[in-house]
Amino acid sequence: MRSARWIVALVLVALPQFAGEFYVNLISQIFIAAIFASSLNLLVGYAGLTSLGHASYLGVSAYLSAWLYLKLGIGHWLSAPIALAVTTVMAGFFGWIALRASGLGFLMITLALSQVLWGLAYRWSAVTNGDNGLSGLTRPQPFGLSLDSASAFYYFTLIVVAVAIGMMAKFIGSPFGAALKGTRDQPRRMSALGHDVRRVRWITFVYAGFWGAVSGLLYIYYHKYIHPTSLSLTNSAEALLGVIAGGSGTLVGPIIGAAIVVLLKNYVSAYVERWNMLLGFVFVAIVLFMPDGLVPGVRRLWARVTGRRKPTDAASNS
Amino acid sequence: MQFWVIQTLNSLALGGLLFLLSAGFSLIFGLMRIANLTHGAFFMLGTYIGVSALRVFPNLWLAALAGAVVVGLFGALLERFVLRSLGGNALGQVLLTLGVAFIISDLCLIVWGGDPIPVQTPDYLRKPMLIAGLPFPTYRLVVVVIALVTALLLWLLMERTRLGAMIRAGVDDMQMARAVGIPVSKLFTIVFCLGAALAGAGGVIGGPILSAYPGLDADMLPLALIVVILGGVGSLVGALVGSFIVGFVYTFGTALLPDLAYVILFLPMIFVIAFKPTGLFGKVSA
Repeated sequence: MRSARWIVALVLVALPQFAGEFYVNLISQIFIAAIFASSLNLLVGYAGLTSLGHASYLGVSAYLSAWLYLKLGIGHWLSAPIALAVTTVMAGFFGWIALRASGLGFLMITLALSQVLWGLAYRWSAVTNGDNGLSGLTRPQPFGLSLDSASAFYYFTLIVVAVAIGMMAKFIGSPFGAALKGTRDQPRRMSALGHDVRRVRWITFVYAGFWGAVSGLLYIYYHKYIHPTSLSLTNSAEALLGVIAGGSGTLVGPIIGAAIVVLLKNYVSAYVERWNMLLGFVFVAIVLFMPDGLVPGVRRLWARVTGRRKPTDAASNS
Repeated sequence: MQFWVIQTLNSLALGGLLFLLSAGFSLIFGLMRIANLTHGAFFMLGTYIGVSALRVFPNLWLAALAGAVVVGLFGALLERFVLRSLGGNALGQVLLTLGVAFIISDLCLIVWGGDPIPVQTPDYLRKPMLIAGLPFPTYRLVVVVIALVTALLLWLLMERTRLGAMIRAGVDDMQMARAVGIPVSKLFTIVFCLGAALAGAGGVIGGPILSAYPGLDADMLPLALIVVILGGVGSLVGALVGSFIVGFVYTFGTALLPDLAYVILFLPMIFVIAFKPTGLFGKVSA
């Protein structure tokens, strides 16, 4: 396994040397979607809270960054931390509201909140420029290095994605992460053991919102354009599909799931215009036929092939 | 003065439409314990079917009936043949309804195109009604009356009929209801069909006010969610009160602060969730 990881890392670092610009850009998009889906996975997979409003954090941080640059002329070195801070505070507020409920109530409240933001982005045209979106943006220049070429931006995103996934893995592996999984599986028992279940969930919610905001910054740097669709239910659903298709509650699952969604969107929508319908059908198919997602499914198969050692154990530990 | 009266009437009309939409949502949630995210799409599908029906026979009420029948049938089939296979897995069912919502909204875009289609108000309701010297748009008054009559009929159905008693039993204690021989899974289909039919009819009736356009589903779903969160899931009274609160807040918000109308919707919701997470009339938390 360890050598496989090094090979993957090596391939990713060397990729722009042999792949064309189209593919380099495609992988950059996958990286951005991977951070977005992984942050949602903290809630869906590890906290057992299915949010249908994760696009809020991506969209708001992207809009903020764009607005600060266009309307106030604030440079990236300052606008990025402001966007991250404001979005994280918003996540704190949204989390406080949504965690009054759990289960489907949580899902409905997160969905309602994000739809309100989506409606706001369309209608508050003084700030968001409405349906036309905000354009005329630039990419940042960390240490004077231009990120305008595909490969430079690729390396920038690669570093961010590595840090992001590493930090989220640390979060899950920490004692707090163990408590979090406890509140997912046995909330009442955890409460009896003296854990403040709501507080554990709230901290996770805010942390997930923060990484959602990070993916929003990368999103706006990549596209240099923002439109209200970035806040839409479709965007939240794409991330959720990535998490579920790959396998929620695993670290690798959402990355693979996000890759699948981005590839589907880029390749299939070149032939068929109906991305929403395809998204709907894939959703239905995944829920009906592969509710565990790909990674746990493949792992179970693998366990069965390699000597049948406790396949149930492999499935539940994932 | 005129402004306030007219806006009040607009609020009431929107509240009435929201009731037709959210009553079904709330009933389905109460019995089946799932959030039906297809509900906004049901509403929009109803509007479009009304548009097509009006091309065949120019009668809005027949068109509303057509919308109710088609969307209700679709709902019954969806419940019976797709949702049923995930029985007991509430989250899976909700995600399934989300997928179906995407499919319906894209299908509507293919069939009816991307341009908004206006729906004509019936001729005899187009003339404003004069009450105390003030002109009232008659159709909006009719919508309010329809919503109130529907509320009354639903209340009678739930409280005064055998079917209603069985549904209430299923809501309160499903296992016990099954044990005494109530066909709960058949009730699921009936309630899902009824909820879908209400949304479909509501879509047609809302046509002259809202018109048919792509994105109508995404506009209506959050309003229905906020109504249900406000009023409390599974409560008809909650759906009625919540609908009119949201109708007022949204209409006056749009009139007074058009840019921020959507944010103002936050306020009652946050207020209620903060002080009574189960909603105004809800017994159980969602």
